[in-house]
Amino acid sequence: MSINASGWRPEAPISGGKAAPTTTGNKALMLEEALIFEIGDTTTTGVDLVEPIAATSRLGDLARTAPIGLPGLSEPETVRHYTRLSRQNYGIDLGFFPLGSCTMKHNPRLNEKMARLPGFADIHPLAPVQSVQGALEVIQQLAHWLVTLTGMDSVAMSPKAGAHGELCGVLAIRAALEARGEGHRKIILVPESAHGTNPATAAFAGYSVEDIPATADGRVDTEKLIARLGPDVAGVMITNPNTCGLFERDMRVISDAVHAAGGLVYCDGANFNAIVGRVRPGDLGIDAMHINLHKTFSTPHGGGGPGSGPVVFSKALSPFAPLPFVEKTDDGFHLVEEETAGEHHAGAFGRMVAFHGQMGMFTRALTYILSHGADGLRQVSEDAVLNANYILRSLDETLEAPFGGAGPCMHEALFSDNGLADGFSTIDVAKGLIDEGFHPMTMYFPLVVHGAMLIEPTETESKAALDQFIVALRSVAERAKAGDVSLKSAPHFAPRSRLDETLAARKPILVWKDPGLAQAAE
Amino acid sequence: MRYLPLTQIDRDAMLGVIGVATIDDLFVDVPEAARLEGPIPGLPMHASEMAVERHMTALSRKNLTAGEVPFFLGCGAYKHHVPASVDHLIQRGEFLTAYTPYQPEIAQGTLQMLFEFQTQVARLLGTDVANASMYDGSTACWEAIGMARRITKRGKALLSSGLHPHYVSVAKTMAKFTGDALETSAPTLGADTDIDALIAAIDTDTSCVVVQYPDILGRIADLKPLADACHANKALLIAVVTEPVALGAIKAPGEMDADIVVGEGQSLGVGLQFGGPYVGLFGCKEKYVRQMPGRLCGETLDADGRRGFVLTLSTREQHIRREKATSNICTNSGLCALAFSIHMTLLGEAGLRQLAAINHAGAVAAAERLSQVPGVELVTTHFFNEFTLKLSKEARPIVRTLADRGILAGVSLGRLYPGEDSLANGLVVAVTETTTAEDVEILAAALQEVLA
Amino acid sequence: MSRYFTEDHEWVDVDGDVGTVGISEYAQSQLGDIVFVDVPEEGKALTKGDEAAVVESVKAASDVYSPVSGTVIEGNPALTETPGLVNEEPESDGWFFKLTLSDPDELSGLMDEIAYAAFVEKL
Repeated sequence: MSINASGWRPEAPISGGKAAPTTTGNKALMLEEALIFEIGDTTTTGVDLVEPIAATSRLGDLARTAPIGLPGLSEPETVRHYTRLSRQNYGIDLGFFPLGSCTMKHNPRLNEKMARLPGFADIHPLAPVQSVQGALEVIQQLAHWLVTLTGMDSVAMSPKAGAHGELCGVLAIRAALEARGEGHRKIILVPESAHGTNPATAAFAGYSVEDIPATADGRVDTEKLIARLGPDVAGVMITNPNTCGLFERDMRVISDAVHAAGGLVYCDGANFNAIVGRVRPGDLGIDAMHINLHKTFSTPHGGGGPGSGPVVFSKALSPFAPLPFVEKTDDGFHLVEEETAGEHHAGAFGRMVAFHGQMGMFTRALTYILSHGADGLRQVSEDAVLNANYILRSLDETLEAPFGGAGPCMHEALFSDNGLADGFSTIDVAKGLIDEGFHPMTMYFPLVVHGAMLIEPTETESKAALDQFIVALRSVAERAKAGDVSLKSAPHFAPRSRLDETLAARKPILVWKDPGLAQAAE
Repeated sequence: MRYLPLTQIDRDAMLGVIGVATIDDLFVDVPEAARLEGPIPGLPMHASEMAVERHMTALSRKNLTAGEVPFFLGCGAYKHHVPASVDHLIQRGEFLTAYTPYQPEIAQGTLQMLFEFQTQVARLLGTDVANASMYDGSTACWEAIGMARRITKRGKALLSSGLHPHYVSVAKTMAKFTGDALETSAPTLGADTDIDALIAAIDTDTSCVVVQYPDILGRIADLKPLADACHANKALLIAVVTEPVALGAIKAPGEMDADIVVGEGQSLGVGLQFGGPYVGLFGCKEKYVRQMPGRLCGETLDADGRRGFVLTLSTREQHIRREKATSNICTNSGLCALAFSIHMTLLGEAGLRQLAAINHAGAVAAAERLSQVPGVELVTTHFFNEFTLKLSKEARPIVRTLADRGILAGVSLGRLYPGEDSLANGLVVAVTETTTAEDVEILAAALQEVLA
Repeated sequence: MSRYFTEDHEWVDVDGDVGTVGISEYAQSQLGDIVFVDVPEEGKALTKGDEAAVVESVKAASDVYSPVSGTVIEGNPALTETPGLVNEEPESDGWFFKLTLSDPDELSGLMDEIAYAAFVEKL
């Protein structure tokens, strides 16, 4: 025979060996990545540009001569930098992301493809209206869906995100009250379980905020709310379904009482996903509600935006909706802006953004809505609610479900940290879930429940995915109840262990400074 | 339904675990009168991917795409070439489908990117610090006015006549509710900015002066005297930059001692998109950082001593401070910030400076060529990549006429300032690296014809 | 010198007509690591119950109310650089501000150390 001269003699792999730390800090597929300021330099560029044509400068004496300090990378280095960074992130594409109140559902790629059609992506907001009829038609079609799904009268499309939508709604309320000569109404009632954006919005709009307590079953205390109504109350801001994941059964009663007392009703629509096609907010007496296209209608959250927050209005508030908006006449679609508003929309409270809102989100949301249709959207809500109740009932013996006894939940299941071992809290459960390969639930919100764990599965999850999560959360919760100290230092398998937020806040480092230069300056 | 994984068998099994008979039993809290029994009538049912694509594509074809025609529009949104790798990278699911980084151990990608973005923006604007983005330039602008009110505890803001009229409109809307007094006026069709008038108008009630740079007509002027005048009266200077590429060629407002510099970041990485989503830039002096709106990312260490990043100084924000927050902003413009940052990294300082030089040289050449057309006068003396022409006829109908011929000629001042007769003949023309000499010739010829 | 407490967990030491105000050991333990303290400026007139200072942890911001009426003499300059002093020495070096009392009779409405300890016990 001839002898294998390569030296490679295959053997069975050995298990159980202990790894030495790597010299790079990398761990196989998990690669450490420095900052662009450490790996790039100001003379490198990843873009081939032509030489400028010869021309006499018209910059006057304003030419920028001092170094700016912007490092560049070649294209392959750039692709690697951001690819490596991306791998340190958890996203819906990777796994279950049950962040309560955030509706982290699948982001269909057809939406992305449609938003990138040149006819949508490459048109200018100030192009002559005759040249952008298709864009205005998209806005109008989406507006029609939103108005119909909510049973409302009109919609303002321009708000840029949920909180911006809230502001739009509350400003319309204030404009309406002032038009009635009731500008003296200065109080907005907000349940204590509300998102922080609600009181922040009301305060910005010039209102004082008064908290309305919750009842023992996790809903707004209707009696206390009604008792507080009066000539000084401008309105209420209520989230429905609420942040405890419950439908406000008394919504209609509350709306009627608020209206009878001369106020108006704002609904935070962050949780609209639970009820699309099952109930219309317009049938509950609501005057204004924002819709998070980046929640209910699947436009991607992108690591913190962009969002989009159209606001639907009742007949009472429609005359005060902001500019601009799209109108259809026999000769096509028109933009109603400051110029023409005086003729038939004189009550508009003004303008909230430079242009027409989040067109790129409109195309995605319309694509999503057309894909589902009226039947599919109803099925979405049903599956979202079914998944949440399945989680609630599968875990309510492991974790305390403070409102679990009161009946079904809507799109999210709420648990507390009662019953965990002394010194263990929700954050330890959350970090333990990271090690199990899940994104944690929303922690410590709503404020009305101690150590709140708010779990919103959405309709995106299969039964198998839910079952796997339930098993994992049971196991982590049992460890927290037993006082397993290894949970206190979790996560152990993430790119970073727990980060020191106190250090970050006490000595804020918000921009990178060249350590050499920083030292020289001292 | 292709996006829904549950089968009917799953659903029935899950209802069994929950202990109810039908899905309707989970909606019992909805008042009976408001329950919908089936799909809402009058709306179409679900559709295949192919059918939806056909519908959307047909709508997109009803628009005149900027890339297909000679294109000269600017005024707050600019057409630049975005390298292909930018769009590829922002579509990685780990960026695209992540949430705001509330769990930093599994969001270091987004957080490190934001830290890099903040540093890039601060250096570009010439400020000490910058935040992790706002919705867009116009909302960043009114947030800055509100911040100046909190810092100075004064309520009168002077807005330059060169500030984008839609930004003015947004600020006026917000001021109606916050009670700020705003002083504004329309610009005059001339080479000079209103800086001298602003300096004269500052007094001890002034919270801030807001000046756009380059301004709505494309004009640039030294902001240092204005900054000095503001500071002499303990007011703040807010500079607004709607074309960030300009700062590869002209001095940054921070270098001229502006206190807050805000901007529209759309030019880099984001694209036109009919006005949104865009990305608001927000930088300021370090001493004002606790009054800033929006998210901030900061450097720290993990439990094992490794560098990492977290959202920080969150007590300014709505989820903690509620009605006392510096702003109600929550979701911002993260993915657009990423696009901006990637594009900036690809360019680097050398690339940004060259890109700016190409823009400026092209604009100078175009301005000179167009001003040779009979009936066309160049109004702007000093500018970056955008200038204003005064035509011998009203500009707005001319823009419409040329659009019908497949030329997007610029933004008429009649569109921006309807009813301002003195501006009706003004046309603002933007020239970027995407504009060819042939495009300019086509525009020149068309103007010559319609003005004859 | 005597020390008084409020139900909002501020303490005030009174020496003549000068009061020194801080937050209690119990309060700091509930806040967690303190990262920022905003103290009132000299000369600021405060009425009992006014929001006088702000104390922040990473996840919470709390207002500190003035336990008595008076005029601020000084804020604790050490807290700007070292907010952690409030965690370490809440009832001594981590004081927030000093003021001259305008109405010493207000003190009679506050708790002494023993009463406050009993109050906290019940929380």
